[in-house]
Amino acid sequence: MQEAARAIVPAPIAKEGASEVWLRLRRDSEFIAIPLLALSGAAFLFSLFLFAIGKNPIEFFELVYRGGFGTAFSIQNTLQRSAPLILTALAVAIPARIGMVMIGGEGALVIGGFASAAIAIPMIDRFPPMLALIIMAVVGSLAGAVWVGIAGFLRHARGVNETISSLLLTYIGVAIMNFFVEGSLRDLTNPNKPSTKPLGDVYMVGKIPGTDVHWGLFAGIVIAIGLHVLMTRTTFGFAARMTGGNPRAARAQGLPVGKLIIACTAIAGACAGLAGFYEVAAIQGRANASLAAGYGFTGILVAFLARHNPIAIIFVAILFGGIVASGGLIQRRMGLPDATVLVLQGMIFLTLLTSETLYGRFAFFQGGAGGERT
Amino acid sequence: MTDFRVSRRHFLHGASALGAVGLLGATSRPALAAGVTIGIVYVGPRDDFGWNQAHAVAIKALKSLPGVKAVEEENVAETDACAKAMESMVNLDGANIVLGTSFGYFTPFMADLAKKYPKVEFRHAAPLWDATKHPKNLGSYFGYLNQAHYVDGIAAGLSTKSNKLGFVAAKPISSVLSNINSFLLGARKVNPNATVQVIFTGDWSLPVREAEATNALIDAGCDVITCHVDGPKVVIETAEKRGAKTCGHNASQAPLAPKGFITGAEYKWETIYKSYAEKLAKGEPLPNMLSGGYDSDMVMNTAFGAGASDEARKAATAAIADLKAKKPIYVGPLKDNTGKLVIEKTYDNYDPYLDQMNYLLEGVVGSLT
Repeated sequence: MQEAARAIVPAPIAKEGASEVWLRLRRDSEFIAIPLLALSGAAFLFSLFLFAIGKNPIEFFELVYRGGFGTAFSIQNTLQRSAPLILTALAVAIPARIGMVMIGGEGALVIGGFASAAIAIPMIDRFPPMLALIIMAVVGSLAGAVWVGIAGFLRHARGVNETISSLLLTYIGVAIMNFFVEGSLRDLTNPNKPSTKPLGDVYMVGKIPGTDVHWGLFAGIVIAIGLHVLMTRTTFGFAARMTGGNPRAARAQGLPVGKLIIACTAIAGACAGLAGFYEVAAIQGRANASLAAGYGFTGILVAFLARHNPIAIIFVAILFGGIVASGGLIQRRMGLPDATVLVLQGMIFLTLLTSETLYGRFAFFQGGAGGERT
Repeated sequence: MTDFRVSRRHFLHGASALGAVGLLGATSRPALAAGVTIGIVYVGPRDDFGWNQAHAVAIKALKSLPGVKAVEEENVAETDACAKAMESMVNLDGANIVLGTSFGYFTPFMADLAKKYPKVEFRHAAPLWDATKHPKNLGSYFGYLNQAHYVDGIAAGLSTKSNKLGFVAAKPISSVLSNINSFLLGARKVNPNATVQVIFTGDWSLPVREAEATNALIDAGCDVITCHVDGPKVVIETAEKRGAKTCGHNASQAPLAPKGFITGAEYKWETIYKSYAEKLAKGEPLPNMLSGGYDSDMVMNTAFGAGASDEARKAATAAIADLKAKKPIYVGPLKDNTGKLVIEKTYDNYDPYLDQMNYLLEGVVGSLT
């Protein structure tokens, strides 16, 4: 919230020309240097942890590199795992810009995925695949938008805490999907794992040519860039960030705060719903309990690490995809339990939250002479 | 420091060699035939006192065999994460065979991987493989655990005082129903007054509901509790705390219940995994379907605990001998608990008719809906 407040105060222009650009660069580099410092801190703490359990940290980080980024297969593995994370992180980041801590991406993903699988059932073998997929994507996004939009509406109209309501809506979303998947929409030819009717190969989203990564990654990147433009270059984005900085001031200025809140939460839900659509149409080929795989929750971590910046989310999601992708190799080669990677993620999150306190404390980033603080 | 450097160099050496294998791809794989690398993916933790542990115990035994290397990955979700974990085992570890142990891994993930890597064998721990639909390097294996539950039932039937046995079950699907019905038939064989009360929790791993169900069964008068859920730890511990006796499921839960443990139904995946490893080492083809029960050493019962009386031990041991001799469990005619005749004749223990089970036999208290 502080950050948003700072961002909307126009930065004092020191000088014209090249030195101004240099100053801008110095200021902006704070947002890269401090997260990097936090990451190094996490790596150091984690190395101590590994020492304590008698493992070699260098081997660990080599395996993270190898399993996440070291071979062509590893890179594709990483990218594929990061695809849903970009979209679920956006579902946290956009409400965060308007001052809301929204953690219901998991529910919107499940509801979105389920809605697109359900709407597909009557279209299979009747509609051309392209049309069916577009309808599925739209319906999935809309379902997600409505789902998180509910939390935004409750916050605006009834003052319900959006963090709690969006989390609870997640459980309701999973329960609704299970109700239909194990009931009226169950495919009876699959007795062991209750699922909806499979889409079939023709109705699946393909891979990006030459890779093993589905189009969800491409969609995530395009949407992240689009939302970055929306939040930084449009009056809508300006109004949203201003509301995030100070809702009372925004209201006093005559901004439609309620509409902005609902719009931001709906955009967030649509992103997560679209992630659900890709889980169904690019990966599972049907809706079932596997949709609730925790992407919505990992997205929260990614969004915080990226400081709710849509462009940074792309890179952080890829970093996280790499850590998760290498988790398997670490289990296999070092005999470490799966929870090791969770320990690393937890340490990253902690050091990152701690590093928030460092912003504005280094003169170098403050525009040099006299440390003009904004 | 020196040791450290050596181990690091050693590691890099190994890693680059494996990388080379990965780059060369499928064509170079026959060169590996001297050594067999088995990859296995678990859906939960390896030490869950249940389904995953049963597999992990077998893999541990396998690692002691010369020339066999095993790589394991736990807590892998039923999404493309499992496909990538398996692919990573093939590409980075040079696995010759990959084992998937959760329902949701099979389609679409393992079916697609088998097509993508035709030189690698894929096997899945549930009878899902269909010759008409799936590739030849894919297959299924499983154990008829209901035979061990039948033995549990015999020991339980002789250990109960209230004649009420409790069963905490995950989902009303045929493999679960078969265990419940076999448990009942075992108990009724030695104790015609015995009944089995069943509570379905709705999913494979719901610890809170499992505890509630266990308490509810004990409150209803059951003094022996067993279950079919992924990790029976909560059920067994709750029952032990309440002073009820227990029969286990999937892996050994004997250490969890020092006072009340009778015996438990365990898979013996080791038999199956060893046969895969041996066949691969010799270059022989693997069967697409591999399954069996006591007579092929694919299931077993946990060693008797303090809760088992001498009488129960003797009867259970005799029942195991009967099963090894292929004596049938389902001796018809039998009615379900709504009075409908569902098993009109005696069926062999492996008769496909029994795989389609969708009823609870007379003597089971509970319903499928």
